[in-house]
Amino acid sequence: MELWYRLLSVLPFEWAQPGQMLFMKHALLAVLVISPLFGLLSTMVVRSRMSFFSDALGHSAFTGMAVGALCGIGDPTWAAVLFALFFSVLFNVVRRKTALASDTVIGVFASTAMALGIFLSTLGGRSFTKFNSLLIGDILSVTPGQIGLLALILLLVLVFWAVGFNRLMLSTVHPALADSRGIRVFWLETVFSALIAVVVTLSMTWVGLLVINSLLVLPAAAGRNVARNTAQYHLLSVAGAVVCGIGGVMVSYYLGSSAGASITLLLSVCFLAASLLRRKS
Amino acid sequence: MTMRKIKHGRLVSGRTDACRLKLTGVSVHLNDEQILSDVSFQLNCGEIMALIGPNGAGKSTLLRTILGQLPYSGTITFSPAGAPAFRLGDPTAKSTRPLVGYVPQSPTFDRGDPVTVLDFFTAATCRRPVWLPVTKALRTKAEACLSRVHAQDLLDKPMGALSGGQLQRVLLALALEPVPHILLLDEPLSGVDAEGEQQLMDMLDELRTQYDLSIFLSTHDFATLERYADQVVLLDRQVLRTGPAADVLSSAEFYHTFHLSSGKEGER
Repeated sequence: MELWYRLLSVLPFEWAQPGQMLFMKHALLAVLVISPLFGLLSTMVVRSRMSFFSDALGHSAFTGMAVGALCGIGDPTWAAVLFALFFSVLFNVVRRKTALASDTVIGVFASTAMALGIFLSTLGGRSFTKFNSLLIGDILSVTPGQIGLLALILLLVLVFWAVGFNRLMLSTVHPALADSRGIRVFWLETVFSALIAVVVTLSMTWVGLLVINSLLVLPAAAGRNVARNTAQYHLLSVAGAVVCGIGGVMVSYYLGSSAGASITLLLSVCFLAASLLRRKS
Repeated sequence: MTMRKIKHGRLVSGRTDACRLKLTGVSVHLNDEQILSDVSFQLNCGEIMALIGPNGAGKSTLLRTILGQLPYSGTITFSPAGAPAFRLGDPTAKSTRPLVGYVPQSPTFDRGDPVTVLDFFTAATCRRPVWLPVTKALRTKAEACLSRVHAQDLLDKPMGALSGGQLQRVLLALALEPVPHILLLDEPLSGVDAEGEQQLMDMLDELRTQYDLSIFLSTHDFATLERYADQVVLLDRQVLRTGPAADVLSSAEFYHTFHLSSGKEGER
């Protein structure tokens, strides 16, 4: 962390001065870890049309938190991670075993999870307000330990991306073709959705449940408008996420707005610009 | 990457005659419904066999069964030239397992997805992740594979922008890498214009002699059968008739299955 503080101290901002505003420095570092994570994952979420699924995962993570809080677990985040993992695996199995359309399966799951979460958290006339922070997110309260955890997840995703990306891509494009080439489609998809589950749950507290899904959709949605191949697609998606992430935290600092919402709005602007650029070309 | 290696099975016989794929009494049940019953035929290497039948006849199911993607009863054996026959999926016969190349029914590619033919091909044949820029060596390799089907010019085109015929050629190039023993094509001519159709069939004709391939394809296009297919299988949940194209196309079973009254047929 010291290194990070020192690096930032060369910047001409008041909060960047040594010993000042540690929360802002943590938030920036956290966003530097979170944004590439979402930039990478979003390329595949958009390709496999899973944006609705990742939205549903956020809801299930919320339910996990409510369950965790109810059971008196010290840090309900882990209960939420477990619940989201369970949800993602169950979803994959159900999608495979039934003839229902994916979006119907997700709709059923998401509304059930959300309702269960609200039901449990308001049981016995309890107030819902303590969960409000979860909906909006607060990246300024992130601690170095939690940033470390997020960095670990980023590393995990990078490893998966290095080892399994090609096979996952073929699986989403054509499962039967992938299978004919010896690819274990079901397992790859399960690992991928489990990764999304973990990422969404762990970053929900910082980004906010209501806007987290936009981070999984917008970077790639903007990138694919201008990219010509897969490598460019990834580069643009990650770069867009990082730039908007840092920009969002800055906007949030100077205007006092929510960081998650600021990042999302910046990404939306990028998407709009990319769409216009595509139309021109 | 190796191609599909099917699970389960046992060694069936030790005969060493010509190279061929043989199905004996193959039945497939899916969700309590019998899709295929007692399907038997054999396909020799270097031959093109066409599978015809009405919609819902089980053509795609049969292809996926040969691929090992569906559970079946009966036996499917493959005998490489001069080697003992073995049941497809026999785990003890590692070295002699046939490679099955598969060209799926024209899949739809998202037009907005920035995946080029090169990206797609490299992703399917190499380990190096394609989100890193593709190396020169891999590009040369993909180019060589695509030139087998005269599609090397398509390398930098997005998958979503390919025409039906171009897409089939790219998928065919992929199925030929590595060169398989058996090539399965599911409706390769659907969505392909007349010119592309002829190109594709000429190409298959060339490939089977070049690589001594067994080619098995399902089709609705009866016009090309007599010219290219060595054998035709008429399927409607069971095999109604097999034989040379001229025989099958003039058979009573053929007219009955396609509700034709008389004369020549050309369902397109």
